[in-house]
Parts: sequence; C-alpha cells; structure tokens
Amino acid sequence: MVCGVEEMAERRADDHQSYEGKIRIPSGCAVAGFINKTGERVNGRTIAEMMALMKERSNGLGAGYAAYGIYPDYRRAYAFHLILADHQTREEVEAILARNFRITEGHEIPVRRTGRNKKAPLLWRYFCDPLRLDRDSALDELLLATTMRINRLAPRASVMSCGQNLGVFKGVGDPEEIAEFYRIDQYHGYSWIGHGRFPTNTPGWWGGAHPFSLGEIAVVHNGELSSYGTNKSVLENFGYELSLRTDTEVMAYAIHHLRRQNMSWPMVAKVLAPPHWAELERMAEPERELAAALRRIYGGLLMNGPFSIIVAFQGGLMALNDRLKLRALVAGTSGTGLYLASEEAAIRQVCPRVEEVWPLPGGEALICCAEEESACHVA
Amino acid sequence: MPRSLVPPEFLVHRDEGRCTKCKACIRQCGFGVHAEGPDDRISANDQRCVNCQRCVVMCPTGALKITANKEIGRENAYWSAERLREIWRQAESGGAILTSMGCDRNYPVYFDHLLLNASQVTNPSIDPLREPMEIRTFLGRKPEKLSIAGPPGEERLAGPLPPEVRLEMPVMFAAMSFGSISKNTVLALAKAAKRMGIMFNTGEGGMNPALGPFRDHMIVQVASGRFGVDSAYLEAGRIIEIKIGQGAKPGIGGHLPGEKVNAEIARTRGIPTGADAISPAPHHDIYSIEDLRQLIYTLKEATDYQKPVAVKIAAVHNVAAIASGIVRAGADIVVLDGLRGGTGAAPKMIRDHIGLPVELAIAVVDRRLREEGLREQVSLVAGGGIRSSADLLKVICLGADAAYLGTAALLALGCHLCQRCYTGKCSWGIATQDPSLTKRVDPEAGADRLVNLLTAWQHELKEFMGAMGINALESMRGNRLQLRGVGLPQNELDQLGVKQAGEAM
Amino acid sequence: MIRTTVGGRAMKVIESKGVPYRELNREIRRLVAAGEDRLLLRGVNGQRYIGAGLKGMARLEIEGTAGNNLGAMMNGLSIYVHGNVQDGAGNTMSGGEIVVRGSAGDITGYAMRGGKILIQGNAGWRVGIHMKSREDQPAVLVIGGKAGDFLGEYMAGGTIVVLGLDTPLHQERESANPLIGNYLASGMHGGTIYIRGRIPAWQIRGQVQTGLTTPEESPPLWNWIEQFAAGLHLDCSGLFREIFTCLMPQGARPYAHLYDHSA
Repeated sequence: MVCGVEEMAERRADDHQSYEGKIRIPSGCAVAGFINKTGERVNGRTIAEMMALMKERSNGLGAGYAAYGIYPDYRRAYAFHLILADHQTREEVEAILARNFRITEGHEIPVRRTGRNKKAPLLWRYFCDPLRLDRDSALDELLLATTMRINRLAPRASVMSCGQNLGVFKGVGDPEEIAEFYRIDQYHGYSWIGHGRFPTNTPGWWGGAHPFSLGEIAVVHNGELSSYGTNKSVLENFGYELSLRTDTEVMAYAIHHLRRQNMSWPMVAKVLAPPHWAELERMAEPERELAAALRRIYGGLLMNGPFSIIVAFQGGLMALNDRLKLRALVAGTSGTGLYLASEEAAIRQVCPRVEEVWPLPGGEALICCAEEESACHVA
Repeated sequence: MPRSLVPPEFLVHRDEGRCTKCKACIRQCGFGVHAEGPDDRISANDQRCVNCQRCVVMCPTGALKITANKEIGRENAYWSAERLREIWRQAESGGAILTSMGCDRNYPVYFDHLLLNASQVTNPSIDPLREPMEIRTFLGRKPEKLSIAGPPGEERLAGPLPPEVRLEMPVMFAAMSFGSISKNTVLALAKAAKRMGIMFNTGEGGMNPALGPFRDHMIVQVASGRFGVDSAYLEAGRIIEIKIGQGAKPGIGGHLPGEKVNAEIARTRGIPTGADAISPAPHHDIYSIEDLRQLIYTLKEATDYQKPVAVKIAAVHNVAAIASGIVRAGADIVVLDGLRGGTGAAPKMIRDHIGLPVELAIAVVDRRLREEGLREQVSLVAGGGIRSSADLLKVICLGADAAYLGTAALLALGCHLCQRCYTGKCSWGIATQDPSLTKRVDPEAGADRLVNLLTAWQHELKEFMGAMGINALESMRGNRLQLRGVGLPQNELDQLGVKQAGEAM
Repeated sequence: MIRTTVGGRAMKVIESKGVPYRELNREIRRLVAAGEDRLLLRGVNGQRYIGAGLKGMARLEIEGTAGNNLGAMMNGLSIYVHGNVQDGAGNTMSGGEIVVRGSAGDITGYAMRGGKILIQGNAGWRVGIHMKSREDQPAVLVIGGKAGDFLGEYMAGGTIVVLGLDTPLHQERESANPLIGNYLASGMHGGTIYIRGRIPAWQIRGQVQTGLTTPEESPPLWNWIEQFAAGLHLDCSGLFREIFTCLMPQGARPYAHLYDHSA
C-alpha cells in the first residue's frame, strides 16, 4: 500500500515536470549574489549560506546558482550545462552541438543523488570550441542558435548555461538541497548568484528554476513580469524562442539581445527600467534625448511588474530593481567585496563585518566590475 | 448649466385616479424623485429614478408604476441604449462611471447549463422528511494524515488538530463592510448567522462594538486599507480573511465615498469623518507570493496559530496557479469570488469586463489543487452570484466546500438590485448611512427574513441530496459525476470537468 | 535563561542566533505572558514577526538586524533595536513604540493607526503608507535620515517627520529635496507630514497644501523632534530653527473627481 502512494506521488511529479513546461507559472523568490573585485575566487558554500537564511521566501520547488570563474582550466571553452530527460535526448543534443562546436570534453555533472533528488534528470556538461567563426559577432549568434535549437526540445532538454568560465547549477529543491546536490562547495568562483524559488504550482520543473542564462549572462529574478506577453512578442522578432515558459526567460533574453547590440550595462538598465516620462522631462540634454530614444525604440523590452534581478556577466555583476521598487534588494560592501540579497540578514550572515548596507532604489542599476587586471577577464 | 443630453433611464407613471396624495412616495424615496408641486399635485422627476421600487411597494393604493425608458433614439444592435447613455454621461462628467452590485451583462451562466442527477431503482433516493440528512461542514486546514496514538482498542488523537470552524450548512454571508451597508444590516446578518450556525464577514470596515455578541460567528477581514485591524479585532474573529481581490472589481482598490463615512464609521476605521475610505489596489506589503506568505504568517504569529487564515481573490484568468500558490503560501481557506460577485461601488467598466464566472473558477482550481495533491489540505469557498440552493449545490459538486452569499442576502432584506449602492441613498435602508433610511431595516425582522431564506434553502438542499441518494454533504463536494452539461461545447465541458448530458456515470 | 543587567535593571536574555522565528517568537510570547517586562534578544539576524500582535508594557531590546514585519499588528510593547530593521516594521501596529538605532526598510509603518516609530537612520520606499490615527494614541513616524519614494501615500491620519540629520541642505529653486524621493503624499487625505527643507512641486504627487514652518513656530513638530531626541538620546536642538515644509491634504476626498457619481 505504502509503495502505491509513493508511486502515485512520483507519477504526479512526473506529470508536472512536463506540465509546467507547457504553461507559464508565476512565482516569487529570494535572490543573492556577490563578487570580489580583485578576482579572488570564493567557495560556493558562501552563496548557499546566504540563500539558506532566506529559506522563508522560497517553497522548496526550485533553486539554483551561477558562478563565474569556476573553470580556470577550461576558461576559453564554452561550457554547456544541460538538463536532459534521458540518454537518447543527450544524443540528440550532442548532434545539435556538433553542428557548430567541437566537443572537447563531455561528462555528467557530479551530483549527490539522494532523497527526493534520486530521480533528478540527467545533468550533463560539455566543454566546446566553436568550429568556425566568420565575423566577430558570429559567436553570439552561434550560442543563441544552438541554445534555441536545444531548448526547442524542452521539457526534454534545456540549456542551463553555455558561457566561458560560467556554470549554472539549478533544479527542483530548496536552496540548501540544490547546493548539496550539485556539491556547490567543490567550486570556487569570483562571482556567484543564487536563487530560491516559490512557484505557485506543482512540484516545479528543473528547467523553470533560476538562474536563466544565455551566452555571457546569467540572471536571478525575484518577482513576476506582467509584460511577459509583450516582451516575448518583441524578442521573437530577433531569433529568440521562449520555450521555458518562465517570465525570467524573457529577462535573460532581453539582456542578451541588448548586449548583442553592444549596449553598455547602464543603457541596458535604462531599457529594462526606463525613467518615467515625467522624470525624463526634467533631464538635461543630451541625456534626455537619449533616454527618450531608448524608451521609444526599446519600449517593448520594458520589464513591467515587480522585479529585482542580479545579473552575472563576465567580470561583473549588475543589480536592478523595477522602477517602482516593488521588490526588496539590499547591497553591502566589505573591502573589495560587493554583496547583494533580498534581505539584509543574508548579507550579515556571511559578512558580519559588512561596512555599509543600503537598499537599491527603484530603476537605478548597481553595476560592479572587477578590476581590469584581475583574473576575471578571459582575454 | 448646459442641458443634459442623458435621457432618464426610467419613467414613473402615476395613476392620478388612485393617488390619494398621501405623500408616502415622497417620504419613501431616497433619491428625491417625488415632490409636491405648487398645485398640490405630486410629480416625479424621472431623471432621478433608479427603479428601486420602494415607492411602488410602499404606495398604499398601488398608484405607481415604473418602466424602462426605451425610446431614447436610434439605438441599434451594436450601439445599445446603455452604451449611448454611458458616452453621454461621460461627456458631461469626465469621470469613470460608477455602479454597484455584480456584473449584469449577458455572459454565459454556467449554472444554467448544468443539470443535477437523481437516483432511480439501482440505488434508492432518501426521503429527507424522515431520514437524517447531514449538511454540516468544516472549514480549515486538514493534516494529510491523522496521527493516532495508543494501542489497538485504546486509540486516541496523538495531538491537536489545526483550528477549524463548523458551519451548520455550507453557506456564509459574504464580506460586506459596515460603511458600505448600514449597521442595522450588518446586525441582521450577524444575528441570522448566529441563529443558523454559520458565519458572517465584517468586510474591511473594522468591527463595530455592537458585533461583540456575535464574534463566534464572525470572519474578520484584513484588506489593503487595514481599517480597524488591531489585535482585539484579530482576536475577535473566528477566521481571519485576507482580502486580495473581489469579483466585482478584480485588481483595483475600493473607495468608500466620504458621504457614507459618518462619525461612527470614521471611528471604526480610524479615518477622518467625511473622508473617502480608500483601500489601495494592492496590499502594499504584498507584491509577490512570498509576501503573501509573510502576511499569512504575521497574522498567524499575531494570533498564536489559533485561527484559520483565509485568502480571498477575484477569479481571474490565471486563477488555478494563483490559488495553488496561495495554498503553498500557508492559507487554510481559499475563497474565489466570481465575475457576478456584488460590490458597494465599482467602476462599471471594471465590473463588467474583468474576471471569470465562479463556476469555471471553482472547477479549474479544484482540479489543479487535486493534480498537485493539495486539495485535501485546504477548504475552498465560492462566492459571486449564488442565486439559489441549486446554484449552491452545483458549485459544491464542482469542488467548493461552502459558498458565500452577498447579493442573495441583501435581496432577502429588501434590496431590489437598482445598483446604486455607491450613492448612499438606498431607499431600502441597506446601503446607506442616512439615519432616516437605515431605520427601515430592523435587525430582528431582517434576521428573520434571512433565517427564512436559509431554512428554505436547507430544505431544498436536503431534497436535492435525498433525490441523489446522498445523506451527507461530504459526499457532494467535488462529486462532478452528479452534474451534466447541456448546451455547452466540449472545451467548456472540459474546463468544468463535467460530462455531456446523456452520458452515463 | 540568562539574566543581565542593563542600565541598572535586570533583563532576561534570549540568545537568538540561528533560532527559527517560530521558536523565538513563541518564547517571547511565553515570557511576556508570564509577566516578564524586559527582554534582550541577542544575535538576531533576519528573524521575522518579532513582537507581532503582542500587547502589554514589556520592553524588548534587539541586538542585530531584525527581520520583516517587526512589531506588526502589535498594541503596546516598547521595542528598541540596536541595529537595522528590514521591511515592514510596525506594519498595521495600533500602539506601542519601535525605536531603531539604524535604518529601516520598505513599507515601514504601513497602515499603522497608533503608537510611535522612531528611526535614527534612513527609511526605505513606501514608508508610512495609509497611516491612520487613533484618538487616544496618535500614530507618529519620525525618520532621522532620509526616506524613499511614495512616502505618506494614501495617508489618512497621524504624523510623519523627516529630519535628514546628516544631510546639509543647499537647495536651489526647483532642485530636489534630497531627504525624500518622488511621489510624496500621493492620495494623502488626512494627517500631517513635515519634511526638513523646501520641496519643489514636482516631488509631490498628492493634492496637498504646503507651508513652511520651523519647530519653534510649530509646537507639534517641536514635540515630535524632542521625543525623537529623547528616544534615541540625540541632541537635535540644532534643528529648532530649521525650515520645514508642512504638508496637509487639501481635501478628504482626493479622487472624487475621477468618478461619475450620478445615479
């Protein structure tokens, strides 16, 4: 009898694995992140501890981490982290990769399969070199096309991340479980972001957890984007396919798209959370003209609804709140370290001697880049 | 002042032969329609008439009749008289049109496309007049598994159960605040709830001290304006209901117009007399699902986990996922308020164009919660347009544990659905604070009428159940096999989770 | 349980580091119910709902960062925080006081209807939204530093004061008052707001009447500043001749004109 109940629960969980991938589910969350400007690499335990303190904000149905600088020995390779339903799907995905990349190494991501994560999907990683590059921007296009092609198989397959020296580790569970599962303490990165999810439905699915990543960027997001429908329809014009059915997917792609257009981080932030028209009217030229043009041209990428995000990119972090500041996001500094979290207590947990703590205002990006000569920069 | 282009909506006809000039109509009308002219004749200002029927009912000689004013020009199938009137009104006022009560537009009514079952031969129907027929129900969180201690033969409960509330029948009076309705009306509802062993709801207006004796039957509401919310209020309620939304105006806040805010209401709400009582659209401490969890647990902490916490939302497109999130956030009771739900005041466009019929909302939420294995942990309450015991039973079959009655209860008290609660001039003394009008509802007599209504529904409910061969309400909840759809396309049947009439069990 | 002596009086100490909020709060409720009148919570870091819904005269001192909804819905109690508080301190409180040595987060004092919140540092966004006032114990919120956008939104009663203690003001015409954000007093329909310095019209969203005053000219403002100074042991005498902008609602029905009320 007991086994019958368990089987039913599992079947239910399986049903929903595919279920969430089909419809979009709103969710709430906790976010955290930090970077050391000197490029000093920090053990993943720290971010896991920050997330654990904010346990109350998530519901055990999704968590994840992303870190830059974790693959120093492969730092020029594109590290594809993948969620795969089975080995047959893996072969399909390898074939897609092989069209544009030479796979130098591929193996299962080391995990501890225990408890309710015994039945986790296959989690695989490939280090790849591009086969040929015609133009400078071609690499971005290649990563985009490859990711979209793989994600088209969702929920059977999805790309967690594909950047250089970058890795996303995410899944269904609470932040502590996921950290334990992926053995986060085995990795050292110069920047980390983390997420605990509170989806409003189902056992959640692995592809729906944060961070969301494409190319050089990875995003964790707290909130819910009411503009998802509009953002999606805009991004579809530029080769993005929204297959993961989570609002944060549009956030990641919008940032990717803007970066592809060589936009600086402050400009990206102005598109995602533009000044209100009344504010704009008070600006001096030429700032006003530029801000107005950004809003006119990229209005469809305005992220409407509550959000606080932390974006990890090569050599830095950006944190941003929606322009009404509907979510909490606190920053703290200690020496060369910058910490970010939904709650101040998470910062103090890992950095008791934090020097300054302040809340991020709405619509004003906080951008922190590592020093030029630091180990963060690949080239 | 320029001449108004808005034609009167209703025409008052007076049979001069019958009229005795007793002036009852003048005294009875809250809207000032009737007046005595210089020649002793009583005339009516049609422009002011809202067709609340108070004068017609109260005229001792039956001299009055009110008809709809249809002849307003070349209305057509697309530009209806109502649309024309709205445009003319807005061209004059520049304001969003207010209205009251529930959406009255011609959207499909699923209740009217559902038929109930009965037993014949293979299983017996039960005679409710002689056999026991149980319609009691409970609201509150249920553990997934009951912990039983002690050896066989000496079993006992291993620990306390989460707090629960008993209802002697599966209905409650919906949230209607003191302010939107009169104190006498609130008292009538409270008295009737106590006599029937059910609950009434303070709405968001705080608790009038006169409600003290009825606290065991009281649900206290915490809405975005937090009017009257303090520790005494939270302690007084049996259930604490967080109001996120209302079926009549999903996604927007509420303004109790200053005219209705007299000294007593101002005191109860903690605002200045005559000031608008403004409830913001969102709770400013809830911008995300984890924030809802935070408010739920703030209330639980503040009351030492002694009370079930309900969360009421308006039924909207994504209601199933939202309801699931609410359960996961820790709510013990989820309340879904459908498109037809009433209100004291709402912008007409919002009332008539946002939302979901409660039949669909309950059906999809019940299904989603079952799929996620959550349904048995919580109670589900339906509100928004329950008109009869048949609607009540149908919504229970679709998955509700109980239903809220708002409009039906006010109708029982004399409301004639003129939809002008926002004016505060209610001739029936219900949605007004004018002392000359409020005295028209006698709390005791009003409670009698409410008790009569519910007693009648109780009996009908038992007859329905008896016909189906079911004698306990538990066997009705979520029993969709007792429902069949008529005249509905397959996708609507699918959403309702109901088979086509003619299909077998 | 340890007892310590602070300022000559015995206090019960609760070591709070790493204690889950539900346990911590249960213990506080138990001790307050048992008549304990002075508690010291040591090593608090992010625990939520401390003091929520409590009544009585007990004094609670907190060392560390208090979590969300500190003192929510409480009626009585005197809470003193040696540190910062996160979001929602004094949410819907109806009496008592919360004194914060550090800064406070968003929605501080949301819908409070009585009692006192004194914050030495800054306060976040949406502070004092929908404040009301009890006749016997008016609600007051004094911020020593700065506040963010939407301060005093929908305010229906009570008093908000922003002092900007560490901020020198050199205001040019139409330049922003740095002590507050935008959309000040949106929908305000009761109560009073005092902000140090002048405020350009564009920073105000509400339909309010503004006037200039000084604490010397305005006894209520003087009184609140004195209470703030006493509560936090600060010398605020330098403020008494400073210019403050006083905001009061123009009418009690800010949005009546947006609706067609005709029958």
